Amino acid sequence: MFKKILIANRGEIACRVIKTARKMGIQTVAVYSDADRNALHVKMADEAVHIGPPPANQSYIVIDKIMQAIKDTGAEAVHPGYGFLSENPKFAEALEAAGVAFIGPPKGAIEDMGDKITSKKIAQDAGVSTVPGHMGLIEDAAEAIKISGEIGYPVMLKASAGGGGKGMRIAWTEEEVAEGFQASKNEAANSFGDDRMFIEKFVTQPRHIEIQVLCDSHGNGIYLGERECSIQRRNQKVIEEAPSPFLDEATRKAMGEQSVALAKAVGYASAGTVEFIVDGDRNFYFLEMNTRLQVEHPVTELITGVDLVEQMIRVANGEKLTLTQDDVTLTGWAMESRLYAEDPYRGFLPSIGRLTTYRPPAEVAAGPLVTNGKWQGDAPEGVHAVRNDTGVYDGGEISMYYDPMIAKLCTWAPTRAEAIEEMRVALDSFEVEGIGHNIPFLSAVYDHEKFTSGNMTTAFIEEEYPDGFDGVDLAAADITRVAAACAAMHRVAEIRRTRVTGRMGNHERKVGSDWVVTLQGGSHPVVIEADKTGATVAIGSTIHRVESDWTPGQPLARVTIDGAPMVMKVGKVSGGFRIRYRGADLKVHVRSSRQAELAQLMPEKLPPDTSRMLLCPMPGLIVKVDVEVGDEVQEGQALCTVEAMKMENILRAEKKAVVTKINAGAGDSLAVDDVIMEFE
Amino acid sequence: MTDILKELGDRRAAAQLGGGQARIDAQHGKGKLTARERVELLLDEGSFEEFDTFVTHRCTDFGMENVKPAGDGVITGWGTINGRQVYVFSQDFTVLGGSVSATHAAKICKIMDMAMQNGAPVIGINDSGGARIQEGVDSLAGYGEVFQRNIMASGVVPQISLIMGPCAGGAVYSPAMTDFIFMVKDSSYMFVTGPDVVKTVTNEQVTAEELGGATTHTRKSSVADGAFENDVEALAECRRLVDFLPLNNRSKPPVRPFFDDVDRVESSLDTLIPDNPNQPYDMKELIHKIADEGDFYEIQADFAGNILTGFIRLEGQTVGVVANQPMVLAGVLDIDSARKAARFVRFCDAFEIPILSLVDVPGFLPGTTQEYNGVIKHGAKLLFAYGEATVPKVTVITRKAYGGAYVVMSSKHMRGDINYAWPTSEIAVMGAKGATEILHRKDLGDPEKTAAHTKDYEDRFANPFVAAERGFVDEVIMPQSTRKRLCRAFAGLRGKQQQMPWKKHDNIPL
Repeated sequence: MFKKILIANRGEIACRVIKTARKMGIQTVAVYSDADRNALHVKMADEAVHIGPPPANQSYIVIDKIMQAIKDTGAEAVHPGYGFLSENPKFAEALEAAGVAFIGPPKGAIEDMGDKITSKKIAQDAGVSTVPGHMGLIEDAAEAIKISGEIGYPVMLKASAGGGGKGMRIAWTEEEVAEGFQASKNEAANSFGDDRMFIEKFVTQPRHIEIQVLCDSHGNGIYLGERECSIQRRNQKVIEEAPSPFLDEATRKAMGEQSVALAKAVGYASAGTVEFIVDGDRNFYFLEMNTRLQVEHPVTELITGVDLVEQMIRVANGEKLTLTQDDVTLTGWAMESRLYAEDPYRGFLPSIGRLTTYRPPAEVAAGPLVTNGKWQGDAPEGVHAVRNDTGVYDGGEISMYYDPMIAKLCTWAPTRAEAIEEMRVALDSFEVEGIGHNIPFLSAVYDHEKFTSGNMTTAFIEEEYPDGFDGVDLAAADITRVAAACAAMHRVAEIRRTRVTGRMGNHERKVGSDWVVTLQGGSHPVVIEADKTGATVAIGSTIHRVESDWTPGQPLARVTIDGAPMVMKVGKVSGGFRIRYRGADLKVHVRSSRQAELAQLMPEKLPPDTSRMLLCPMPGLIVKVDVEVGDEVQEGQALCTVEAMKMENILRAEKKAVVTKINAGAGDSLAVDDVIMEFE
Repeated sequence: MTDILKELGDRRAAAQLGGGQARIDAQHGKGKLTARERVELLLDEGSFEEFDTFVTHRCTDFGMENVKPAGDGVITGWGTINGRQVYVFSQDFTVLGGSVSATHAAKICKIMDMAMQNGAPVIGINDSGGARIQEGVDSLAGYGEVFQRNIMASGVVPQISLIMGPCAGGAVYSPAMTDFIFMVKDSSYMFVTGPDVVKTVTNEQVTAEELGGATTHTRKSSVADGAFENDVEALAECRRLVDFLPLNNRSKPPVRPFFDDVDRVESSLDTLIPDNPNQPYDMKELIHKIADEGDFYEIQADFAGNILTGFIRLEGQTVGVVANQPMVLAGVLDIDSARKAARFVRFCDAFEIPILSLVDVPGFLPGTTQEYNGVIKHGAKLLFAYGEATVPKVTVITRKAYGGAYVVMSSKHMRGDINYAWPTSEIAVMGAKGATEILHRKDLGDPEKTAAHTKDYEDRFANPFVAAERGFVDEVIMPQSTRKRLCRAFAGLRGKQQQMPWKKHDNIPL
């Protein structure tokens, strides 16, 4: 076995590889750019080599620098992770030349699968189902109709040079083909100056399902089930799961066997992924093969018990697979959420910077249930696992130079419903502060009926959140639970306030028991009665039992209500609590009935209409203002430049408007949401 | 007998109604609570002891003899906030516009005298149209009596003013002399002369809100220490502030049970200081991470953001915090920040509240604006305030402590009791670049030599150890253990006693 390997990557995947290497007794070498000097992977590795400035094209993807690091440290093999050099045949070649093992597939396989057209051809030849279509160019509408008939409707007419939806049409009938062909052709000619057209099958209700394969260099290959990755935002996967709620055993087997056949056809030897698009009738079509470890590999590991990184290292070391296809069992259900440093309330804008708080939920290993890479029988009821793959830490930084992923949070449980519930709780207890992040959005998806029913397609986010994400309204039952919990927490906080020194003896304040809880626009009168182990909270005519060890200042409240546990994030707002739970972000006030009555008299102050304002999107310094009061600005016109994190950000007009007021000038330092200028 | 009891009941009921239901509704219509409702929310439920319910004015001019509402436009008495005694007056805008008569003022004076005698804070709720014109000089005399008591009480009991309506003309000078002023957004204003007079005299067109609203006084003038969305929030936050304050200058700051770990390690603080010395970071994060339960009551949050002032608790006990804020103007000291912090330090010292200073200061802000406006004397206020303070003073230097500003910020030389420095500290006369430009002026044309000189200066002085070698820093500490260090430092100073030489009073450069 190798004594020392180098990980030519950063972030969570570098940490992930280091963990397995350490388990196997292999020493690790990390590489890092200037931006990653204090990164977690550098701290975790046995050795670390500096490889240059922050931009990846000057550090992580410069083959020479990695080769030098290998030479300097004497690493015998390299794990490339994903991205960066992982699918670069030149890198594999350079390693081969230097006599260093590449923990990945042979160069040829990378090349074969790296080209869209070649890979499709090889797939067809290997008997893999591909999207039916006519690869050649089509002369006229008559030919288009003929070909469409052969492919089967619906079909997609596509401009060869197409992009951005231009020159693209879906046709369900011959007439539509006839009309659409000419229209698309014209459009293509106008847009791209190239009117060549082709036709392929239009896949309805598409789902993204991929097969994990694992091959050794002795001609053995197996598949480790599938992963469903249909929850995507702009082709970026957000939530993945294994197995897919959609596949049946026969489809799984067919997809798996075809995937192995493809892998063998290109002499594959490592872990790899064959991606398919699957339609509503479970017809599946090959998309591409990823010749590397996938981001979402943990869900496969959780349901198979196989450590894919370990397998990759062993295969690279020339070992034979010890697993056969019969050894592979899919046990339980695993979910993965990608936590991104992006603000869901601001169109998922990246939100980089310091993680003032980063406290993931405690990991719960599924390990004891798995021996020798195999689940020992069925998982007992009530067992679950939580896994968090991350490259950051409390007080760490999300850099603007790289992928803004904070962590991959996975849960595993015997059933899909339980795995989803575990994920909801894990997200509720995941503390990330200092930057915007997508936890509220993820929570919202896990509560979405279309997702929980398993009935989703790759268009899920686009269809369900067409105008973006603007938070979650809790359902009545959850409101009651939050109200009951807050009443109990308020009681604890208020009693403590009465224990201050300097009180007037015998005239202490008595904390009452009749309160009104207001949240999400509603008021809920409660009566609370506390005892040694908790409190009984009456809301209207229903009575809830609340138990919690929460004390003031704790950022997480673990509360049991009527026997059911919940975790909420607790913060402060003036005179009340800020509660974050299941994607909702609420202000909760607990008041005496008199206070509540008087609070009712307070005018509701509507937030200013921000659609007519330019707000500062991040804390930063105004470098320059490009417009003056009275200017008419056009959509997309630069308004001003804000410097943040040493980066200059140009803020542009969202629509045509007239500048009526400018509140900030060059040199002003602004907080997020400060009004820079106003429009009419 | 029952008739007599009934009369008391009737009279009380009439007094409760103040200016009558119509005016109460009008008050509510403006988004304001009535004087009584405010007292109700300010104090613990049922704890209000009212005085002078039946006081009436004695004016007989302009038909005033026919208008004699009980209480004369102000409600006075005492009650408790979380069981601790406070005196309170609340002007009733529904009664003669809350105008101040001789008797109205006398009621306020009465509770102020009692507050000083019994050692309890005074909270004044201001909502008054001003002097009662019908009374003429009697009304002015009343103001004078109140002013004099504000002065006498200053430094004896905490005085808090809540501006919840108009407060104009001479009336502003009573709140002006109290320790804290809080305003309510959109429904309160303070000015010496109103928009009409301003228009006549200076021809300036300005609204009452622009001239003296909450935004003006919290951001521009710094007259107010904070502003709240509405009456309910303002009163709740006032209660929260009182929880931090001692009752008087004879008693220690309050202590309450706390649910936090004294030894809590915050590993994230080890990365708070960015690698790049010119990159800002948020000093509030440090304050929140060292405070009990992350609770920070900020004073003057919207003014002179380059310095932060406010209260936290360590081991349940109140501590005043003064901290340079690198996020704003690099945390530089200037006229505004020096004035803001000086007043806060003096409040803490007057009421035996220990002071924690968190230092990251590049120096004083240069420029003609600063010099012409007297940064010398204003800066000296903070220096003076720190130097005269005899309360426990603990200082943590997190990064820059340059030049005179280093000395000012509760350094060892200003009788700092315990002065810690993070390993990231740079305690020097100035930054390396500036120092090189002066020390090696002749080499300025040679970038290579200049770089070498800069590096040399950095190596020599851009660290805490030169100061530590001289004992100007008591210990260099790990950022992650700051909370524990501070808790222990203040615990060790609980018995501190320090006297100033006898003097009538000092002569701080006002």
